[in-house]
Amino acid sequence: MAYVAIADRDHEVEHHDPQTFITKYIWSQDHKVIAIQYGLTSIFVGIIALCLSVMMRLQLGFPDNFDFITPESYYQFVTMHGMIMVVYLLTALFLGGFGNYLIPLMCGSRDMVFPFLNMVSYWVYLLSVIILVASFFVPGGATGAGWTLYPPQAIAAGTPGVDLGILLMLASLAVFIVAFTMGGLNYVTTVLQARCKGMTLMRMPLSVWGIFVATILGLLAFPALLVSAIMMLFDKVLLTSFFMPAMISAGENLSYSGGNPVLFQHLFWFFGHPEVYIVALPAFGIVSDILATHARKNIFGYRMMVWAILAIGGLSFVVWAHHMYVSGMNPYFGFFFATTTLIIAVPTALKVYNWVLTLWQGNIHLRVPMLFAIGFIFTFIHGGLTGLFLGNVTIDLPLSDTYFVVAHFHMVMGVSPVLVVFGAIYHWFPKITGKMYNETLGKWHFWMTFFGTYSIYLPMHYLGFLGVPRRYFAMGTTDFMPESAQTLNASITVSAIFVALTQLIFFYNMIVSIRSGKKADPNPWGATTLEWQTPDNPPKHGNWGHGGLPEVHRWAYDYSVPGYPDDFIPQNVPGSDEAPVGRDHGVEH
Amino acid sequence: MTITLIFIAGIMVTVIGWLFRQTINTQPWVATAADNAVSGRSLNTNSRTIGLATFLAVAVSLFGLFISAYNLRMQMPDWIPLADPDLLWVNTGVLVLASIAFQWTRGVAIKGSDKAVRIGLTLAGALTILFLFGQLVAWQGLQAAGNTMSRNPANAFFFLLTGIHGLHLLGGLWVWARSTIKVWTGADATSIRVSVELCTIYWHFLLLVWAVLFGMLLST
Repeated sequence: MAYVAIADRDHEVEHHDPQTFITKYIWSQDHKVIAIQYGLTSIFVGIIALCLSVMMRLQLGFPDNFDFITPESYYQFVTMHGMIMVVYLLTALFLGGFGNYLIPLMCGSRDMVFPFLNMVSYWVYLLSVIILVASFFVPGGATGAGWTLYPPQAIAAGTPGVDLGILLMLASLAVFIVAFTMGGLNYVTTVLQARCKGMTLMRMPLSVWGIFVATILGLLAFPALLVSAIMMLFDKVLLTSFFMPAMISAGENLSYSGGNPVLFQHLFWFFGHPEVYIVALPAFGIVSDILATHARKNIFGYRMMVWAILAIGGLSFVVWAHHMYVSGMNPYFGFFFATTTLIIAVPTALKVYNWVLTLWQGNIHLRVPMLFAIGFIFTFIHGGLTGLFLGNVTIDLPLSDTYFVVAHFHMVMGVSPVLVVFGAIYHWFPKITGKMYNETLGKWHFWMTFFGTYSIYLPMHYLGFLGVPRRYFAMGTTDFMPESAQTLNASITVSAIFVALTQLIFFYNMIVSIRSGKKADPNPWGATTLEWQTPDNPPKHGNWGHGGLPEVHRWAYDYSVPGYPDDFIPQNVPGSDEAPVGRDHGVEH
Repeated sequence: MTITLIFIAGIMVTVIGWLFRQTINTQPWVATAADNAVSGRSLNTNSRTIGLATFLAVAVSLFGLFISAYNLRMQMPDWIPLADPDLLWVNTGVLVLASIAFQWTRGVAIKGSDKAVRIGLTLAGALTILFLFGQLVAWQGLQAAGNTMSRNPANAFFFLLTGIHGLHLLGGLWVWARSTIKVWTGADATSIRVSVELCTIYWHFLLLVWAVLFGMLLST
């Protein structure tokens, strides 16, 4: 039989549920199982990256106390921490994990459009993770080139892991991009073609919008990373000179000549900047849904939120050179990129105002997901504001490569998305597992993580103002760094260890709850979106049982509708006469 | 990077413009019967076509970035233009024929003529394999003449660009092989009609990419 994509099948075709353990949980084509596979794998590498950051902090806080941290291994920790967190954890978790789980359920379809491709996507992703982790164990160890992998030092002697480490890193990235592309084709096509009846684009929850646009960005931006990885592989293996200039290494002339290292930087950041939004847009979407649900209020300015996502997506392609102000560029070029960078603040700020206005006069329930979502607003405003500093060329120059930058990007794309990840896990845990977690432990987890991360990153801004450089193994003694800088560093390390240990509460809570948690209500938060309306909890293969696909009769934010007994109306509940139902216009639209 | 920017801007303007048109005149908070009747399929075509179109956007981005890198690297003083082998003209002709063969096969597949589809598919695939073989011969000639990759960036780009283009064709041949095996083992033409249509689009696309790459290699 010819292969027919899910969206093109007759919707009521009987579903053959997978029978054996292997087809059900290992070689599964069910988007929910694949989502969990993606999620667990990415969290697993995330834990490795977390441990690496603790090792870095040990060295920075208490230099020369730990024999197992050499300058070489320190650079390997820095590099792998950054790369894993940005690509293998956050990108994979938001798109492969939440994207896979939420898109079909929220759009009211039975599965992704290309389930087989979806399965392959996960296994290729797993392969990329295995290659990545393998690089720790090869002779010379993982690469220590920094997560940006700038040539010439990434492939020049003297950098840790210059032999096999960098090769495996580049190969792993190329494999990851293949995996992402296969997943991305699915997410885009599913959103466009496999929504259920009545689900117009503008009735989709913002989570789907965020994931959808982030996927488009990823599909267009990841090729830049692929191009730079391939060309650097050639420079390394075949001794071409795409990026490598003429160099003398250990008194010897290398065979390279004439290459352009800045070309790599352009390619890398052409991927690297959209990557920030590949991580941020799904977080924006998910936060919007969590806030609306737990504030029992429709999201403020839904259309503006959608357009802001689109605007941020478009603009994210024209700001990349703001990562390269210190690489030397024409001042007009710098002016252009500073301007576009600051323009992005407009739709972003619009989203922040709308989140805050959603809370205003809402019926706020401070449950665990809501705490994380509100925490995100704080950390995101904080990280966003320092972004305005760094977006200006003149302010960026002195602050570049200091701890101010480290503090900025950890607040804006480290802590903020991770808070959303936790919020999302707590929010959808009852749906994914059918069990309820311990709320008290969840709240402890939030407060300790929230204050802990602030006590890590807030002081880093001051270190940056002092001029403490990032990426240094040891600071030595200088005139401009007072001794208190080292004391501050020690305190940051203590906080970092505290935050890392705090995550044990989370894992304990999750594991115990999956094993022996209370059975969860199918819709514990009283949410309107379709994933909470499935006939089974957790939803089974095919999502909607044998009763046919849901039909959507309203948008995703009918909370606290006047004249309606409940404070929410699920999207699949018909209106009384199919006319506008009990809407109170003029509140904010 | 200007070239890539133009490509990406084109794609983004199309995508965002289309999405904006879908969303501009709506009041999603008002539940209307018209919205309730929407089928949930945004485009009136099958999903595999959309999947392919999305993939082509990815490929445009990939090749656009390679072309940008080519143009930036070309400006460095050590660039020595490569005299492209004449064989490439022949190869180009073969690839054009492959595209024509696919176009013809597409026509007969829609008509449902099993025998013609078998012949057309086989011919199109054979021509493509011939093209790839010709590219390999051209590579060999360059290598034999001492024009190795590490000698000059122009050489390196030649091998890189032709190689990446060839890999895309190989990927297409995988889909082609599946369909061809099917028709030769008794499946009827209608069952692979969509595959043939998609292959045709893909081959035309790769012919266009090759024309751009070849033109660029020739002129620099």
